[in-house]
Amino acid sequence: MLTEAFSEAFRLILSADADLFEILWLSVQVSLTALLVSIVLGLPIGTTLAIANFPGKNVCITVINSLMGMPPVVVGLLVYLALSRSGPFGVFGLLYTPSAMVIAQVLLITPIIAALTCQVMDDLHKEYRDLFFSLSIPLNKAVAAYLWDARYSLITAVLAGFGRAISEVGAVMIVGGNIDHLTRVMTTAIALETSRGELSVALGLGIVLLALALSVNGLVTTVRSRARYYGCA
Amino acid sequence: MRHKIIRKLCFAALCSFSSLSFADSIIVQSTTSTKNSGLYDYILPKASTDTGIKVNVVAVGTGQAIKNAQRCDGDILLVHAKTSEETFVAQGFGIERFDLMYNDFIIVGPAHDPASIKGSSEASEALRQIASTEAIFASRGDDSGTHKAELRLWRDSMIDPTEASGQWYRETGSGMGATLNIAVGMNAYALTDRATWTKFGNKGDFQIHVEGDQKLFNQYGVILVNPKKCPNVNAVAGQKLIDWLLSKTGQAAIASYQVNGNQLFYPNAR
Repeated sequence: MLTEAFSEAFRLILSADADLFEILWLSVQVSLTALLVSIVLGLPIGTTLAIANFPGKNVCITVINSLMGMPPVVVGLLVYLALSRSGPFGVFGLLYTPSAMVIAQVLLITPIIAALTCQVMDDLHKEYRDLFFSLSIPLNKAVAAYLWDARYSLITAVLAGFGRAISEVGAVMIVGGNIDHLTRVMTTAIALETSRGELSVALGLGIVLLALALSVNGLVTTVRSRARYYGCA
Repeated sequence: MRHKIIRKLCFAALCSFSSLSFADSIIVQSTTSTKNSGLYDYILPKASTDTGIKVNVVAVGTGQAIKNAQRCDGDILLVHAKTSEETFVAQGFGIERFDLMYNDFIIVGPAHDPASIKGSSEASEALRQIASTEAIFASRGDDSGTHKAELRLWRDSMIDPTEASGQWYRETGSGMGATLNIAVGMNAYALTDRATWTKFGNKGDFQIHVEGDQKLFNQYGVILVNPKKCPNVNAVAGQKLIDWLLSKTGQAAIASYQVNGNQLFYPNAR
């Protein structure tokens, strides 16, 4: 089975299968868009939770941390009910579009990025708060310094979010509908091939997805080590 | 970098309108067998060429498809559970139900046939035998058309298998393909539609044991969702597609779909 799956994976890649690249490209587009939105939301949320002091702060942190373990199917159901034609946002006609998939993934990965950012920033803030205070460095400059100092940890947080987004199937299946040439992504295609009993094709697609994840992570690692080498870091 | 961000955001914005940009695209809430068997891949390109309509299929179980259509999340319902379909129309969710095509259900199981049902001409007799030998049976358990048909057969055989749920009667709560994968994995009998089975690629040593009983008849129907209940329904395009499916061209297209030389669906629109 495994050898069959590998040869299927190579066949799919080498034959430059148009359908495969369409599905792969949609996976990347949806997950990257969701990631970007989640960074824009998650970084400020995490930073605020770490640095600001307000009543109920610990409750918020606990909630965000628990949301990291939110089952994708539940997120999918909630987004489905919200976007359904008979739901509150039905008028926008977003259900069964890539946007619906982006929304679901944003809900899934924002907590991850926010929670990890919060942890990193909290550690730094505890360490440098007094020093920065004694030097009368304003808070915005301090935060900028934290962000720069924590950039590698934050990249890891972002990669964790990307990993969750690109590998997730439960939510995008429900809100996207796995529609051919519209909302079919790698994970839903794998689910479809599995239900067709085409296990080696399914596994082949899985290998392609894994290769994609590997190259993204490899790219980030290379950029990081180059940056260090040239003294940019 | 900023340009890239803007571009990404534009992509998100564009996606939101993708459902609106095709004036003539419709969503079909469908049973899974018609998709898993490859029928849609074969006939829908022809339908799009003839009608100019882009057809998007959401394939879930019949029960879920009906519920989704009741929530107005589809223009057409294409499923196989006549009673539920008639209720759907009677409640005003659908305009009219049309017979579209048929095939049959079959009972598949491991080659060594532990309940010795092979060649049985009566499905309910075979089920009685499975129950009395407590041979493992994998049920869909998901309110799908096939699940409903299976429960009807159990009723005919005067057996309530759910009493043995978790023992020899195992409700997978999954789609047809997933249930077949599970059945093959634990040497269990299963009721399946012939189309999914023929196209299924993970058969192991499984064989068809029971076929040909009239009670195994499997009728597919098609319904336009009522625009009075769901104003978002693209009734014009939806009706056009239904007309095409019921037309000579559409029916001939369905009849000409073959897998390994076997015809999977038999058109019977009136």
